[in-house]
Amino acid sequence: MTAAIEFRGVSRIYGEVRAVDDVSFTVEPGEFFAMLGPSGSGKTTCLRLVAGFDTPDRGQVLLDGADVSSTPPYDRNVNTVFQDYALFPHMTVLQNVAYGPRVRGVGAAERDKHAREMLELVQLGAQGERRPAQLSGGQRQRVALARALINHPKVLLLDEPLGALDLKLREEMQIELKSLQKKLGITFVYVTHDQGEALSMADRVAVFNKGRIEQLAAPRELYLKPATAFVARFVGSANVAEATLAQALGATAPFAIRAENIDVLDATAAAPAGVATAPGTVVAVQFHGAASRWQVTLDAGGTWSALIPESRGVNGRTVGTRVQLAWPRDAAVPLQA
Amino acid sequence: MRAASTFFWRRPYWYLALLLVPPLLWFGTVYVGSLFALLAQSFYRIDDFTAQIVREPTLATYKQLVTQPANIDIVLRTVTMAIAVTIACAIIALPIATYMARYATGRMKAFFYVGVMLPMWTSYLVKVYAWRQLLAKEGIIAWVFGKLGLSGVLDTLLATPGIGGPSLSSSYIGMFLVFVYMWLPFMILPMAAALERVPGSLLQASADLGAKPAQTFRNVVLPLAIPGIAAGSVFTFSLTLGDYIIPSVVGAPGYFIGMMVYTQQGLAGNIPLAAAFSVVPIVLIFIYLSIAKRFGAFDAL
Repeated sequence: MTAAIEFRGVSRIYGEVRAVDDVSFTVEPGEFFAMLGPSGSGKTTCLRLVAGFDTPDRGQVLLDGADVSSTPPYDRNVNTVFQDYALFPHMTVLQNVAYGPRVRGVGAAERDKHAREMLELVQLGAQGERRPAQLSGGQRQRVALARALINHPKVLLLDEPLGALDLKLREEMQIELKSLQKKLGITFVYVTHDQGEALSMADRVAVFNKGRIEQLAAPRELYLKPATAFVARFVGSANVAEATLAQALGATAPFAIRAENIDVLDATAAAPAGVATAPGTVVAVQFHGAASRWQVTLDAGGTWSALIPESRGVNGRTVGTRVQLAWPRDAAVPLQA
Repeated sequence: MRAASTFFWRRPYWYLALLLVPPLLWFGTVYVGSLFALLAQSFYRIDDFTAQIVREPTLATYKQLVTQPANIDIVLRTVTMAIAVTIACAIIALPIATYMARYATGRMKAFFYVGVMLPMWTSYLVKVYAWRQLLAKEGIIAWVFGKLGLSGVLDTLLATPGIGGPSLSSSYIGMFLVFVYMWLPFMILPMAAALERVPGSLLQASADLGAKPAQTFRNVVLPLAIPGIAAGSVFTFSLTLGDYIIPSVVGAPGYFIGMMVYTQQGLAGNIPLAAAFSVVPIVLIFIYLSIAKRFGAFDAL
């Protein structure tokens, strides 16, 4: 099967900055593909390269097997949901949704009918005559979605589409987007800096850092087997032992250990077999409801956190108490140096 | 000092009053007051025999304004010129403003903004008289046309009845060119400001949905530039309606509204008619704004 999107050694350089640096990957048809990374990591530039708002300085971008590196956006079968929605303020909601067919020469009656169907699909059937400014953030988001889907794109690009919504609405929209994608069978490319969003929605996630892909994997693998220190920290909020610290802790290579795998023991307690320990001092305890996050500064350097269920209690330990962090050796994930 | 700060902090209305009273006094008495005094004058009339102003309310002056064919000619001539100048300014300004707002960056942008505003730092009179030299029969424009072997074109243009004349500097074409030059910045700047406010993502969205650049321009850029064009056209239209220096320095001898006001209140001493004439631009601008509003020019504000 031909890949929906393929990047072959793509670079995009702005002056001195390598926004995208020799990136190669493929996105399969019908896949929900997330591009995750902090701001400035190159994920949005990659999205712009797919949409055609930007052209690569080196390498090729292929859509459905065809090189589109220098094809303008209006000749690509790709549509975008913009971060700020980019709804046309001088048009009604219906005119916004009907814009794609309109500029492609579809007659007024037919495109309005089609636009009404799209508005029904996103549950905004009654709002067609209103202006974007009269809608709530969530409704605007749906209009942007309907407008992008009306052209039946092969690929839908979503640039941080839920960033401006509040938490509850964001979670509802995540579920809705995912079911919409299943229903329509369209390839979704979803750019976000929220690892929770990427992990919960995507089939595969590409983690971007400094213009490169650090790791491309399914969400579970990304979380359980981070390849690099960056992925371990960014995706799993894991504790990372870089080379020096790893050596001090008796390991041969850098490793990551997630907070929920770490236990806090009394300073004098003996460690069971197969459990590694590191002495340190409690610097903070944050109560999170079901569990508390303990921040402990290790004697060997660095501050780690341990997630301790409330059921296990605090045992009189508080900030300043000397403790040992303990974790099963097989829970440590070795990282690339 | 501290006590005064606390006093105003506790009483925000006093603070607002302190801020607003001086400008409102100035605006109210000097501007609105004199405007109403002027309007009131237009309802007096001048006694034909004694040339004295008769201070009793009457519509006689307005009757004189709208019934004398010469006066109607003046109004029509001025309005036609104002419309032509406004349209020409809008057409010339749109590509410049689009470039300034959407494409130019850094030094190029600064260069264009300064370039547009620089002429406004020069005396208005100097520019008008300079243009008279440029447009004169022996001026550089006629000279360039001659060197290019295009004197025939210029002569044909000047032979056009109504807008032609013996030379550019004594024709309505020449006057039109000077008006367009003078008021162009007043069209470019609000238009560029309107276009600056259009998010780039709207243009990307349009292209993304399949619109060719020309379609994006027609469907997205132009409608969003309309508030800027409306604002600019109010300037170009009203400035042309009220100006009396350009028509008296450059162009054909026909009177314009501004010249009429100047002549009537000065040489002729007919203050009521001068006042009535100066009401004409106010009424026209009001009509213009209502039409613009009806076409939705201010919807996006």
